[in-house]
Amino acid sequence: MFVLDALNYASDWLDGSLAFRWSCRMGVCGSCGALVNGTPKLTCAAPIPETGEVLIEPLHNFPVQKDLVVDIGGFMEKLVRVEPWIIRERERALEEGEYPQKPEELEKYDQFSACINCMLCYAACPVFAADKEFIGPAAAALGFRYNLDSRDEGANERLDLLTGGAGAFDCTFVGECSIVCPKNVDPALALQRIKIDAAVTSLKSIMRRGK
Amino acid sequence: MVEKFSHDIAIVGAGAAGLRAAIAAATFSDKLSIGLLSKVYPMRSHTVSAEGGTAAVLKEYDSLDLHALDTIKGSDYLADQDAVELFVREAPSEVIQLEHWGCPWSREEDGKLAARAFGGMSVKRTLFAADKTGFHLLHTLFQHSLKYPSIVRYDEWFVLSLAVEGGAVRGLVALDLRTSELAFVSASAVIVATGGAGRMYQFTTNGVIKTGDGMAIAYRAGVPLKDMEFIQFHPTALPGTGILITEASRGEGGYLKNKDGERFLSRYTPEKMELGPRDILSRALVQEIREGRGFEGPFGAYLLLDLRHLGEKVIDSKLPFVRELALNYAKIDPVKEPIPVRPAQHYTMGGIHTDVNGRTPLPGLYSCGEAACVTINGANRLGSNSLSECLVFGRRAGLDAASFALSRREGGHNPGGDLSVSSEQYTSLAEEKMNRLLKKEGGQERLAEIRESLQSLMETKVGIFREDEGLREALREIRELKGRLPSAKVDDRGRTFNMEMVHAFELDFMLDVAESVAYSALMRRESRGAHFRTDFPKRDDRSFLLHQLSYNTPEGPRGEKLAVNVTRWQPTERKY
Ligand SMILES: Cc1cc2nc3c(=O)[nH]c(=O)nc-3n(C[C@H](O)[C@H](O)[C@H](O)COP(=O)(O)OP(=O)(O)OC[C@H]3O[C@@H](n4cnc5c(N)ncnc54)[C@H](O)[C@@H]3O)c2cc1C
Ligand code: FES
Repeated sequence: MFVLDALNYASDWLDGSLAFRWSCRMGVCGSCGALVNGTPKLTCAAPIPETGEVLIEPLHNFPVQKDLVVDIGGFMEKLVRVEPWIIRERERALEEGEYPQKPEELEKYDQFSACINCMLCYAACPVFAADKEFIGPAAAALGFRYNLDSRDEGANERLDLLTGGAGAFDCTFVGECSIVCPKNVDPALALQRIKIDAAVTSLKSIMRRGK
Repeated sequence: MVEKFSHDIAIVGAGAAGLRAAIAAATFSDKLSIGLLSKVYPMRSHTVSAEGGTAAVLKEYDSLDLHALDTIKGSDYLADQDAVELFVREAPSEVIQLEHWGCPWSREEDGKLAARAFGGMSVKRTLFAADKTGFHLLHTLFQHSLKYPSIVRYDEWFVLSLAVEGGAVRGLVALDLRTSELAFVSASAVIVATGGAGRMYQFTTNGVIKTGDGMAIAYRAGVPLKDMEFIQFHPTALPGTGILITEASRGEGGYLKNKDGERFLSRYTPEKMELGPRDILSRALVQEIREGRGFEGPFGAYLLLDLRHLGEKVIDSKLPFVRELALNYAKIDPVKEPIPVRPAQHYTMGGIHTDVNGRTPLPGLYSCGEAACVTINGANRLGSNSLSECLVFGRRAGLDAASFALSRREGGHNPGGDLSVSSEQYTSLAEEKMNRLLKKEGGQERLAEIRESLQSLMETKVGIFREDEGLREALREIRELKGRLPSAKVDDRGRTFNMEMVHAFELDFMLDVAESVAYSALMRRESRGAHFRTDFPKRDDRSFLLHQLSYNTPEGPRGEKLAVNVTRWQPTERKY
C-alpha cells in the first residue's frame, strides 16, 4: 500500500473534495509529489509506514492552490528560459540520417535527461525557498543536459542563460536536491559543473581578448 | 463571464500525437496561431509511461514490405493496407526527426541507433531509449515545442465539447481547472489527440487520465467511432496495480513460465515463443491459469516472467526501469527472482474514424494517436507501432489541419467562422451541466461505486473472452449506470481544482465509450485479433472482413459497416 492508494481511498469513499494530482502511478509522470512525513516524495512510490500513520502535506516552496495541488507555473517558465532544445549552426537533412552518437557520448548526459519534472528538488532546495527566481535544480540540470549532448552547439548561449540573473552561481551546494530525486539525477552536480564551465569559458574569452 | 479565445487550430491533448501535430502545424506556417489544450501538463501525458520502443525500418537487414506484412498479419488482416504502407514508409524519417530534436535513443557501439526485437515483428526493428522510450520521446517533443511562440498552451484545461455549425467544427468548450471557469475557443480546425480509454477496465496499464474523453466528445458531435470492439490486453502486467512490465523484457530474451516451470508458450506460439503477438499471448496466459497451471496470489492468479538468465548487466543497461518497477511495486528483484505477471488492458485499437490525413467525416475535425482509428492496427496492434503511429499521423494531421486553416484565413474567415448562435450558447450547456453537479442536493451513490461497477463489468463481460449473453448483459448494465450517474453524490462544491467534478465528466465520457465497445463486440459474431468470441471462435472473412462504425443516437449506438482496404496481402490463416 502506497501513500497514493490511501489518498485515492480517501477521495473515493470518504471525501471527494480532496484534491491531488496523479496519473501514471508508476513513478514516471511526475505529478504526484508531496511531503510524506516531512520529506518530498512521489506519493505513488512512497509506501505507508508500518505504523499505518502518515503525515501528507503539499510540497514546500510553492503556492498551494488546493490541498496537495501546488502552483508550478514558475517552473514551467524557467523550462523555456534554459532553451531545452538542440541548437545548431546547420541542421542535418532527414535524408542524411541520424547524428552518430557513441554509447559513451550518450552516457555523458544520460542521467541529466532522466528528470521527470516532479518538483521534489525545488521543495527541498533552501536557495529556492529564499528566492523564487532562482533557476533551481531541475531546470539547470535540463539546460546542462543539452550542453553535454554531442549533437548540440548551443552550450555558450545556454551557459549565459544558466548563470545570468538568479542563476547557477546562487547555488550554495547544499545537495538536498540530489538526495530527494526519485530518479537518481544529480542536479547538484549539474549546478557545480555549470559554474565551472562558465568560469572556464569566461577565462578563455578574457585570455583571447588579452592576446 | 465566459472567456473567449481564438486560434486557427485548437489541439486537444499534448501527448506524443498532439505535440507532434502542434509542431507540424507550427513549422507549416508561422502565421498560424495554435492553441494546445491538455487536462494535465504536457509531460504528464500517458505517452510518458511507454517503455519498450518505436518501430521503424532503419536497418539494412529490414524492409518496408516486411514491416507492412508484420503489421497486417498482426492486425489479423483488419488493418487498411494503404494506410499501413504509408505508415511504414514515413515512420523511419519520424524516428530520425526525433533524433535530430535530441531524443536520447540507445545506440550501437558505432553510434547508430540500436534496435531490439518485439512481439510480432519478424526482425529487430524497434528503436528504443533504454526502457523509457515514451518518457524520452514525450519530453523531447515537449521541450522542442517550446521553441515555437505560435504554440499557445492551455495547461490543465479540460475540454468538454465541440461546437459544430453549418456542418463543420467551429471551436470547443473548455474548463480551466484552476477556477472552473468555462471558455469558448473558436478554431477553424480542431485536432483531437486525447489518447485511449483504458480506465474503463479494472486491470489496466493506463494512467488515470486515460478515460476516452476525446472519443466521447467526437461521438457526441456525430462523428463515428470505428472498430471499438478491439481492446488490447498486454500479457505482462504486475498483479494488483496493472503496472506494465514491457514486452522489451521478452525482446531481450525473457521467458514466460507456469507453475511447473514450463515455458508454456511452446504449446501456443511454437515458432515465436515469447515474441508472439499480444492477443494470442494474453489468451494463452488466461488458458494456463484456467487449467490450473498458474500461481495463486493476493491479487488473483498469475504466471512468471523470468529474466534471471539475462544477468544483472543486461537488465541494468537495457531494462533499468523494469528492475526499478519490480523492486518498488512488487518487492522483487528480477536479477534474483522471476516477476509475477498477468494480462491487463493496455490499448484501444478503435477510436475516432479518420483517413490517413487525420480527417474525420466532420469538416475541420481531425484526430490522431490512440484516440483515432486510421487504422493501421486493425484487430490487434503490434507493440511499438503505436508511438510511431502518433508521430506519423500526428504530423499528417497537423499539416493537413494547417493547410485547411490557412486557406480559411486567406479566404477572409475568422477562425471558426462567424457563428450563427452565440458562443455563449455552447458554454451555457456546459455551465448547466456543471451547476447540476455543483448545486445538487443529496445524491445517493458515490462516483467510485459507479466507476467500479463499470470497470468490473468490462473486465468480466467485455474482456479477453466474450460471448453473446455476457455482452447483452454488459450493454444493459452500462445503460443502467448511465441512468444512475446523474444522481450520484458530489462532495466538492468548490471551483478550485474540483477534481471530483472532472472525474464525474470523465466517467460520463467513459460510459459512452464503453457502450460503443460492448455494442461493437456484440455485433461482431466472429473471433479476430484481440476480439475473441467463445460462441464464434473462428475468424469469418466472408461476413466480417469489415470495419464497424458506431454512431451515437439517443437509443444507443447505431452500427454501420465499411470495407477493409486490401492492397497486396490477401488474408490467410495467422500462425506464429
Ligand atoms: C504502460 C504503457 C506502455 C506502452 N509502451 C509502448 C511502447 O513501448 N511502444 C509503443 O509504440 N506504444 C506503447 N504504448 C502505447 C502508447 O504509449 C500510447 O498509445 C501513446 O503514447 C498514446 O499517445 P497519445 O498522444 O495518443 O495520447 P496520450 O499520451 O495518452 O495523451 C493524451 C493527451 O490528451 C489530453 N486529454 C485527454 N482528455 C482531455 C480532455 N478532456 N481535455 C483536455 N485534454 C485532454 C491529456 O492531457 C494528454 O495530454 C504503451 C502504453 C502504455 C499504457
Ligand atoms: S502518479 Fe505518476 S509519478 Fe506518481
